[in-house]
Amino acid sequence: MHVFSDPKNFDAYVSSFLWILKLTGASAVCALLLGVLLAAMRVSPVPVLRGFGAAWVNIFRNTPLTLVIFFCYFGLYATLGLSLSQKLDINRYWLGVIGLSVYTAAFVCEAVRSGINTVPTGQAEAARAIGLSFAQTLRIVVLPQAARSVIAPLGSVLIALCKNATIVGTIGLMETSNVMKDLINSNGNAVIVIFLVFAGTFAAFLIPTGYLFGWLANRLAVKR
Amino acid sequence: MSSSSVLYDHPGPRARIRNAVLSVLFGVALLGLLYWIYTKFDQANQWELRLWEPFTRSTTWTQFILPGLWATLKAAGVGMVLSLAFGIIFAVGRLSDHRWISMPAGVVVEFFRAVPLLLMIFFVFYGVPFLIKGPVNAFWAVVIGLTLYNGSVLAEAFRAGIRSLPAGQSEAAYAIGMRKTQVMQLILIPQAARAMLPIIVSQLVVLLKDTALGYIVAYPELLQRGVNDLAANYGNIIAAAMVIAVLYIVINSLLTWLAGWLDRRSRVRGFRVPKQTAPANAPDSTPEGGATVSQPQG
Repeated sequence: MHVFSDPKNFDAYVSSFLWILKLTGASAVCALLLGVLLAAMRVSPVPVLRGFGAAWVNIFRNTPLTLVIFFCYFGLYATLGLSLSQKLDINRYWLGVIGLSVYTAAFVCEAVRSGINTVPTGQAEAARAIGLSFAQTLRIVVLPQAARSVIAPLGSVLIALCKNATIVGTIGLMETSNVMKDLINSNGNAVIVIFLVFAGTFAAFLIPTGYLFGWLANRLAVKR
Repeated sequence: MSSSSVLYDHPGPRARIRNAVLSVLFGVALLGLLYWIYTKFDQANQWELRLWEPFTRSTTWTQFILPGLWATLKAAGVGMVLSLAFGIIFAVGRLSDHRWISMPAGVVVEFFRAVPLLLMIFFVFYGVPFLIKGPVNAFWAVVIGLTLYNGSVLAEAFRAGIRSLPAGQSEAAYAIGMRKTQVMQLILIPQAARAMLPIIVSQLVVLLKDTALGYIVAYPELLQRGVNDLAANYGNIIAAAMVIAVLYIVINSLLTWLAGWLDRRSRVRGFRVPKQTAPANAPDSTPEGGATVSQPQG
């Protein structure tokens, strides 16, 4: 463990995971909002909205995240000059958040849509029978019930998002994968320890998160 | 709720007008956004013919894109075969009656599912050379990373598939005198594999997308050759990224469609493992850890 007793290395390790945490947090919020909106579009009565939602999902679900992030940096920033901050790191961070959000929103949308499909038909029919509009049916009756059945899939989307945040390292943010690479290159004698510490930190956070979501899903599931 | 149209009534005259108005409004907004993007690209001179013209030349395809595509498909193919083997071995291991087999198998699967793929690829590519005192090929770094990660995901999927088979299947097999190995090999795995076929194919989509990580360790796959190297020659990074994205989308859409087709076909023929039709008050049948096993995502 002598590698991590050096305060410089330890700080790099901590700050790399803070970047992952910040990337995950901001992207999770954006992707959740965007994903629910897209899901609502995909089930809406307006054909153009349905088409837009379907196109978004098909484009981003089938494109590698590496390419999306790559495009955010070299396309949006380097070529089109979209700069979100004067600071290089903060700019990379927000470009990464954009890429992660638009990509993850496609998966959130699909999870929510399949959640909507688990709500029994009678619920929506009853809502329509008492005269609720589409927006009311979705907001008051269907989505609250769907939410309880999408906890487990959304949990795995969140876990995947956290792991995917490492890909923002592609555009030079000093997150975990880049810091691990540097530590390995400067400490060739402690390669396994370095990997186990980085991988173990992820496992220590994500495995309990998985079980937590499984437990929550069981607890909150609508028993039918 | 099988079709989403239960969410709203069949549109009457007013609803039809409202939908038409909304369609037009959103359509105009969308076109406006597209036009704004178009002008932005135009200001950056991204529509110039010289940037797009390389894609009409055959050398661009034979030198950059097709070799990259081949490298991507090769890594995905080898990775898939190894992942399947890894998945079956660890699924069976985790279902073993011997705790000294099932425990380590469970630890390995849970660990590799929770570790980002990029960390594994970096460990193999940058770390392992220090251990074996020799360089590691970028191809194998990518393939080993893909195998450990996707193999673990498939192991969980297989385990769920084997456990969801009706208990009568293995009971009947034991009753006619089969051994544990025979029950697993002859009865359980063939049925589970058939039911799992759609999941296997959709995992292939994830795997194919993840080969793009090879770009980071300079494995000459589609993103590396088709976007990075191509743009280094022609300075057309946006054009190249768009063309390559379309290629990825086409290939993955075909695979997704194949997964859907296999799923529908197996449903029609009745190969599918029956969904546990639990009575209303039965405890939820989700395996521990939640339904995290079969969600395909990159």
